[in-house]
Amino acid sequence: MTRALITGNAAAAWGGRLARMDYVPAFPITPQTEIIETIAKWTERGDIATRMVMYESEHSMITGAGAAAATGVRVFTATSSQGLLYGMEMLYTVAGWRAPFVLVNVSRGLASPITLEPDHNDIMAARDSGFLQIHCATCQEVVDSVLMAYRLGEDHRVRLPVIVNLDGFYLSFTREAVDLPSADAAAEFLPAFDPQGTEFRAGKPVSQAVAVLGGGTYSYFRYEQHLAAQAALPVYDEVAAEFNDRFGRLHPAIESYRAEDAEMVFVMMGSFATKAKDAVDRLREAGIAAGLLRPRLFRPFPRDAFRSALVGKKGVAVIDQNLSMGMGGVLHSELASALYGAPDAPRALTSFVGGLGGRDIAPAEFYEMAHATLRAAETGETPPPRLMYTHSELREMRKLQAAAHVERHEQDIA
Amino acid sequence: MTDVHFQRMKDLPSTHLLGAGTAMCAGCGGLEMIKEVYDVLGENTVFVNAAGCMTLLSVYPFTPFRGSWLYTAMASSPAGAQGVRDALDILKANGRMTEEEDLEVVVLSGDGSASGMGLSATSGAIDRGLDFIYLCYDNEGYGNTGQQTSPESPHGARTATDAVGPGNIGYKKDLFSIWVANKPAYAATVVGAEPLDLARKIEKAHELEGPRLILSLAPCPTGWGYDPAHTVEIGRLAVKTGVWPLKEYVDGKVVHTRHPGKRTPVEAYLETQDRFRHLFEPVRNDKVIAEIQARVDAYWAEVDVDDGTKA
Ligand SMILES: Cc1ncc(C[n+]2csc(CCOP(=O)(O)OP(=O)(O)O)c2C)c(N)n1
Ligand code: SF4
Ligand SMILES: [Mg+2]
Repeated sequence: MTRALITGNAAAAWGGRLARMDYVPAFPITPQTEIIETIAKWTERGDIATRMVMYESEHSMITGAGAAAATGVRVFTATSSQGLLYGMEMLYTVAGWRAPFVLVNVSRGLASPITLEPDHNDIMAARDSGFLQIHCATCQEVVDSVLMAYRLGEDHRVRLPVIVNLDGFYLSFTREAVDLPSADAAAEFLPAFDPQGTEFRAGKPVSQAVAVLGGGTYSYFRYEQHLAAQAALPVYDEVAAEFNDRFGRLHPAIESYRAEDAEMVFVMMGSFATKAKDAVDRLREAGIAAGLLRPRLFRPFPRDAFRSALVGKKGVAVIDQNLSMGMGGVLHSELASALYGAPDAPRALTSFVGGLGGRDIAPAEFYEMAHATLRAAETGETPPPRLMYTHSELREMRKLQAAAHVERHEQDIA
Repeated sequence: MTDVHFQRMKDLPSTHLLGAGTAMCAGCGGLEMIKEVYDVLGENTVFVNAAGCMTLLSVYPFTPFRGSWLYTAMASSPAGAQGVRDALDILKANGRMTEEEDLEVVVLSGDGSASGMGLSATSGAIDRGLDFIYLCYDNEGYGNTGQQTSPESPHGARTATDAVGPGNIGYKKDLFSIWVANKPAYAATVVGAEPLDLARKIEKAHELEGPRLILSLAPCPTGWGYDPAHTVEIGRLAVKTGVWPLKEYVDGKVVHTRHPGKRTPVEAYLETQDRFRHLFEPVRNDKVIAEIQARVDAYWAEVDVDDGTKA
């Protein structure tokens, strides 16, 4: 084991390196580029025996990733935002090939308007693709999650590709001290890639990804994929336990922070959850029993774990860094459906949308969310989803609009 | 380059590898071509397929192929070929697979993929010098979806999206030249109706390494509107009229493998198909027929009659 001060992007590359990735199809996009540049440097210097190939688009890159996995090698790839969406047809397609590989997504908001800064709308769009999803909050988690993702996806009960998600900028470009497992320890945890019969060889003809006729056949294969994704829940727990035994770090499906005895619980994903932890501490100091649940595993959705973790709570505030237009936060909807009908479910389940396009969530906003949620629990009236925005942000926005107005009407002035 | 084995028709393989009973239409020119190609390439192949008519060759749990198959999507079959090829190379390089277990990677796509949606992926594969064969059956339309106008639909042809009026006002895209401009290892045009010429080219392509294009005219009774019995005849007419030049690009030169010499007028070809019927009935459209003829004439005016090279 070595300790290194590295960025989230470098941590993702290290995850692939420790997993002894055979093949890396690549295409650049901010803020993912450092991942593929790091791997390119390693392969050019001969530090690793990986083959990296630049494709001409993410659609092709994901096709190539799936095709290589279906031929029998261990594949790592990475993208972000517009790239993930450009490849969306192939995300769904290759997931059905049941040829596991790992794709790192560095979350970034989607156009329009075009931005470079992070939120989770990109990764939420891949929600139903058939890829499993692990969401990270620290650089350490990124390395560990990539290794765990291979074990999970390659397990014979699962056989699905996995997305490991980290937030652009906040995690991708932030340096943290990371314990890098030794190559030997990583190899003991993650054995050599076993194609389990999914491969192309002369003398062993096989047709993969063939068409079907009729809803019965189609549904059979789709249900199988769903059941495999669900089977990944207990497999994940096994993998996490073994990882903990070997490396002394437990990464549960849902991270719980002071939530056991909390009466009010925040639920949110990704690196912004570290802000929520800080808010929990301060709320506790102020006499409010707050806590945090952070799902690392988003697909499969740890429904039962949420149900038992939230039983008897007064209020739950879900903070979504995504926005499903005309509906609200995606995680909120998912949690509502998971908790519906649960005995002794929380009295209030409030929805807050924040952190879009890298927008900060200030401590005061967390306090307000906590109070609003407790109020809802007491009155029994849940407020509609709230879009977080401060007065000072609105003032800044008004200034920009005023400038835009002046520019647009410049000719009138002249 | 080694001498080709196929000198005469009787040299062609007598055992046929492709299974019968597929979902293709009776008289499908694309299927005819694939049958002939498969006899030469053999079963140590993996076909990487793009969405199109031929996707229905392998429908669970049946396949006519003795070798392997991977369906991808409409736009990215060359990228699928890249992934398969790279993985095979990796496996060989680190001893996880023997040389004997290696496969020829063959993209199988229609013209709509090859000249439209998939052109970006093809371009990438050529840039990377991918070692693969791109086998395109050109039925001159989006056949699987009902023969709408594609980048390869010929001028004047009626299609499902140019069903009334003058037919397609665009002109057939020159995919062969797009490939040749980028100096592939090999490129050739073929048609199932000329099996000897086809077999020679497939054999050559098989022996080479790098990006290789086999572009086949694929007469399509369903989309073009003719009796399925006439597929071979229409393929031959396409060659005799000069509408479909048979040629290859090898060692930096384009050479015509068949010079029609005294060409049959194009209308002999056009007349056979419903998609051009409006050029003859109810009133003859001499202007468009003459324009089509003039374009074919202009093409052949640049071809050397003796050595088949093109200026
Ligand atoms: C992304 C996408 N858009 C549209 C389609 C619908 N589609 C399936 S096959 C096809 C036509 C393909 O044309 P071509 O490549 O010429 O093959 P052909 O159908 O003629 O065999 C189309 C448009 C698709 N499968 N995928
Ligand atoms: S529509 Fe044409 S190309 Fe497609 S299967 Fe039928 S005959 Fe063949
Ligand atoms: Mg077509």
